[in-house]
This record gives sequence, structure tokens and C-alpha cells, in this order.
Amino acid sequence: MRSLLQHRGFWPLAALAVILLANLALSPEFFALEFRDGRLYGSLVDVVNRAAPVALLAIGMSLVIATGGVDLSVGAVIAIAGAVAANLLVGGVDAVPLVVLLALLTGLMAGLVNGGLVGLLGIQPIVATLVLMVAGRGIAQLINAGQIVTFRHEGFADLGVGSVLALPTPVAILLVTLVLVQLLVRGTALGLFIEAVGFNPRASRHVGIRVGAVKVAVYAISGLCAALAGIVVTADIQGADANNAGLWLELDAILAVVIGGASLAGGRFSLWLSVVGALVIQALATTLVIGGVPPTFNLLIKSLVIVAVLLLQSAPFRRQLAALATGRR
Amino acid sequence: MSAIPVNPRYLPVLVTAVLLLALFVAGGLQFQGFASTRVVLNLFTDNAFLAIAAIGMTFVILAGGIDLSVGAVVALSGVVSAILVEQLGWHPLAAIPLVIALGAVFGAVMGALIHYYRLQAFIVTLAGMFFARGLALSLSARSIPIEHGFYDAVNDFGFTLPGGGWVGSATLLLLVLLGAAVWFAHGTRAGGFVYALGGNAESAALMGVPMAKTRILVYALSGTLAATAGVVYTFYTASGYALAGVGLELDAIAAVVIGGTLLGGGTGYVLGTLQGVLVMGLIQTWISFEGSLNSWWTRIVIGALVLIFIVLQRWIGFSLAGSRKARL
Repeated sequence: MRSLLQHRGFWPLAALAVILLANLALSPEFFALEFRDGRLYGSLVDVVNRAAPVALLAIGMSLVIATGGVDLSVGAVIAIAGAVAANLLVGGVDAVPLVVLLALLTGLMAGLVNGGLVGLLGIQPIVATLVLMVAGRGIAQLINAGQIVTFRHEGFADLGVGSVLALPTPVAILLVTLVLVQLLVRGTALGLFIEAVGFNPRASRHVGIRVGAVKVAVYAISGLCAALAGIVVTADIQGADANNAGLWLELDAILAVVIGGASLAGGRFSLWLSVVGALVIQALATTLVIGGVPPTFNLLIKSLVIVAVLLLQSAPFRRQLAALATGRR
Repeated sequence: MSAIPVNPRYLPVLVTAVLLLALFVAGGLQFQGFASTRVVLNLFTDNAFLAIAAIGMTFVILAGGIDLSVGAVVALSGVVSAILVEQLGWHPLAAIPLVIALGAVFGAVMGALIHYYRLQAFIVTLAGMFFARGLALSLSARSIPIEHGFYDAVNDFGFTLPGGGWVGSATLLLLVLLGAAVWFAHGTRAGGFVYALGGNAESAALMGVPMAKTRILVYALSGTLAATAGVVYTFYTASGYALAGVGLELDAIAAVVIGGTLLGGGTGYVLGTLQGVLVMGLIQTWISFEGSLNSWWTRIVIGALVLIFIVLQRWIGFSLAGSRKARL
């Protein structure tokens, strides 16, 4: 029992279970799944589907945070990648793989810029990624020429609203990305290097890890994940809105990683627990909707959740709690 | 040793001053009516709220922190003062001090969380941003217009300079706050503590700088000034709106960086930040005079400027470290 409580997956999963059970109490058909037209339907599927963009961001963000950094530009990269995809489609490019590839390349470039600033020039991550956060929406508006660019293209729209093997396409994209990135970081030594850089960059350099290159790599992956999220969001609404696409999602992504139990100071990470974190955020939002709470309270509650999770991770706070507990005894 | 005759610490502020002057002269040569007191004073009137929030941000960054909540605090202060004045019938002179005091408490709570629980500033103030914005939206999702004789009187207060420039109450308040901020930074012990904390927190602690007090003070100051900026914004727009000031924290940080304050803390000037705000305002004015460029260029140019300045800072950091090594 004790080892179960101490497993780092326990608290995120327990939080998710509690929220889902609260949903079940609020609406009895919450766990019902239905198989119709070759596709699964139900509130649970809906939660995962809606969580997919943030979960994609959280995968990249986990790696960045594990190196002790943070990527504030992911929301803006969603807008840029979406603008690129939408304009290609409007411009008559019909091949979906080509559109996806070019959108991904855009995200990769954005990630390389961030990675270069952090890994090669040694600029603090908050500041380096702030540049793209400020300028990125301007770039997206430039690509869109200030308009909300809408398109009609069934093949591309399927990436947001279609289904693959009975699952909504965004969920399938999320699962494939999770497996691929997991293979990349755990199948090679990259994951170990990332954690080493986060724990102690100087020691990592001394044992011969190329710290700069590792940092460039994680920001590049984060840029790719953000572009994927941008493709999903754009395909979902069949349009690119430079001002609002991905707005504030960087905060949700950071929150997802923190709920997943990772420390913002860097070090150990778990991709699937970050995805669980994204599910917790979405499940909470769904609970509020089912419970009839106005959606504006969502922001308030998220802020309290962040502070609570951070305090539970904080050593001084734990000492105070422990002192209170022993005091009572 | 160095090829540069000035202390590299002052270099970013100097670069900004030259940039400001060059933009103004070039604009004056290119456009009729650009080089006028009207344009200059409109810069102050239109950017007073940003400049006031950026003064607070300067102290937070000088102390080695960051405050991402200022835009949301501007919105919350506007909504709360609009509700107090319009819906509860308070006199503005009672409502405004309360709103500003609430801003101070809000900042102090974030500072206390950051200091006592050793949490990272960016995530705590991010939570603060969610909280303030969420509270503002929950109080009123719609813009609340304010109609009150006091607001009209304050907005009418001011005088015209030769050339058509209007010196209004927002400009006057900004100048007073700037004077107070410069005095605080360079004329008080607490101001010295802020620089010491940002320069090197460990040595500051060893030298006996009151860490908790100083750290909480800068966030309380930022909250106070953000709330003040929110109040100024309600006068500017004659309303309180929960979606006011979205992204204002980024503009404030950009102004501080362009104004030459080092992002690691310890080096920088309040007057540099004012220059940063004016540079950003001039770019906007330029783009509106130009006419053919669209507003999104403002964001791109500001982003590029921030990029140039942080790379410049790195280079200065290297050369400072280099000269220190050379002396050893």
C-alpha cells in the first residue's frame, strides 16, 4: 500500500479517477460508450479527444521542463502552423501529407530558433521563448494577411473530426506521437541525457553530454508537437485564427506537466503522466460544464489547482504539514 | 582594456536612447506632423497605463523575478472599480484606493508564495494571472461603462503645450510615479536591497539584505502599480472590462528589456523602461503614419527588438565576465 502511495503515478491517476467519478455522479451515462458508424462515441472519448491538443503540447513540454527550461511559445506556434496549413489549402495545395509536412517543418523551425537561443546562446528559457510568444502571433497574422482564413477540404478536416480504427483522429495522433516520442527518448540514451541536463548541467557537461545539443533537441521536439497540435486545432475548426488559436494553451501544457508530477526545476519526466495531467485538466473542465458552473470559473479553479499542486511539491510546505500532523498527535 | 569607452552596463540604455532619438528624427523627416509635441505627448497619454505597469515590472526583474500577472490585474482592477462606482454607487475617491490596496495585497501574496515556499516566480504569477483574469470574467464578462462626474473632471484636467500637445492627468500621474520610482531605486535603502537581491541572491543574504521583505515588497509594488495602471485604463476607456490588457505583461516585459534592464536582475534603470515604452509607442505611431503597413507588424518588430536586446545582453554578459577574468 505504501509503495503504491509513493509511486509517482498515484496522485495524477487518483486525481483523474476522482474527477471522473464526480462526473459519473453528476451524469449517470458519463461512462457509457457507444459504437456507431465504425467509431466510438461517449463522454469519455470526448474528454480524451478535447484534451488531445494540450496533451500533444504536454509531451514536448515535458522534455523541455525536464531540462530545467520552459517553452512559452507553443500557443503562438499553434497559430503559425495553423496559418501555414490553412493558406496552403486555400492556395490550392491538395496533398494532405504535403500540407502536414510543411506545417510540421514550420514548427520545427520555430523550435530550432528557441533551442538555438537557449542551448547555444545560453539565454534564459522564459525570455528566449517569450520572443516567439510576442512575435509569433504577429507572424501568424502576417501569413493570414490579418484575416481568419477558412477552407473546405475534407481530407485535411478528417485530421480533426475524422476517425481511425474507431478512435477520433486527434486521439490516434496523440497515441502515435506518445509512442514515437517515448521510443525516441527511452529507446535511446536521449531521455537519460535530458534528465541529466535537468539535474545538473555542469556535471552533464563534464561527463561529455553535449548540453547545448540536448537543449536544441528538446525545443525542436516541442516545436514539432506544437505544430501537430496546430494541425489538429485547425482541422477541427476548418480555419486558422491567428489571434485565438492556441491562446493560453502554453499555460495548460505547463499545468499538465506539473500535475503529472514533474518538477519545474528539471530532472525526471514521464510522458504518459503528463498526458494524464492533460486529461485531468480537460476532465475538470467537462465536470464544470456538466455541473452547470459558468466556464469563466474554469480559469479560477485552474489557478487554485496549480498553486495547490506546487505547494504539495514544495519542501517547506511539506515540512509545515508534517509539523502540523505531529503537533496534533 | 575594452574598445568601448563606456561601461558596458550602460550600453543597452544608451543604445535605446539613440534608437529613440533616431526613430523620432527619421519619422520627423519622413512624415509631416510627426516631430510635434502632439505626437510626443500622445505617446505619454496613450501608453501611460503600460508605462506605469512596466515600472513595477522593472523592480520585479531587477530583483531577479518576473510578474506575468500584470495584464490580468489591470483587467481585474478595472472591473472591480467599475462595479464599485457604477453598481454599488461608491464615490471613485473611495473605490480607487481600495482597488489599489487590493492590488498590493495580491502582489504580496504571490511574493510570499515565491519566497517562503521557494516556488518559481513565473509559475506563481502565471497562476496569479489565471486567478485575476478568471475572477474578473466571473464578476462581469461584459464591459461596464463608467459615467461619473469625477471621471469627466479628471479627464478634462490638464493643459495644452504650444504645438498642440495635451498634458493630461494620466501623463502627470506617470511623471510623478516615475520620479518616485527613481527616488526609490537610488535614494532609499530598500531600493539598494532590490538591486542587491537581483545581483546575487546568495551574497545579498550573507550581507544581511532582508530577503523576505525585499522579495515580497517588489511583487507588492508590481501589484500596486498594475492596479494603478488598471485604474488609469478605466479613465482612458471610461469602462471596466475583464478582457482589457490581454498580453500587457508581455509588452511590459518587452519595454523593460528594450529599456536595457538585464533579465537576470541586478542591473537596469526605471528611466530605461520609460524609453522602452516610448520606443514601442513610436513604432506604433510610425506604423499608423505609414498607413500601408498593418498593425501586426508592431508585434513582429517588437519581438525582433526584444531578440536583438537579449542577444546584446548576452554579449555584454560575456564581455563583463571576460573583463573580470582579465583583471584576475
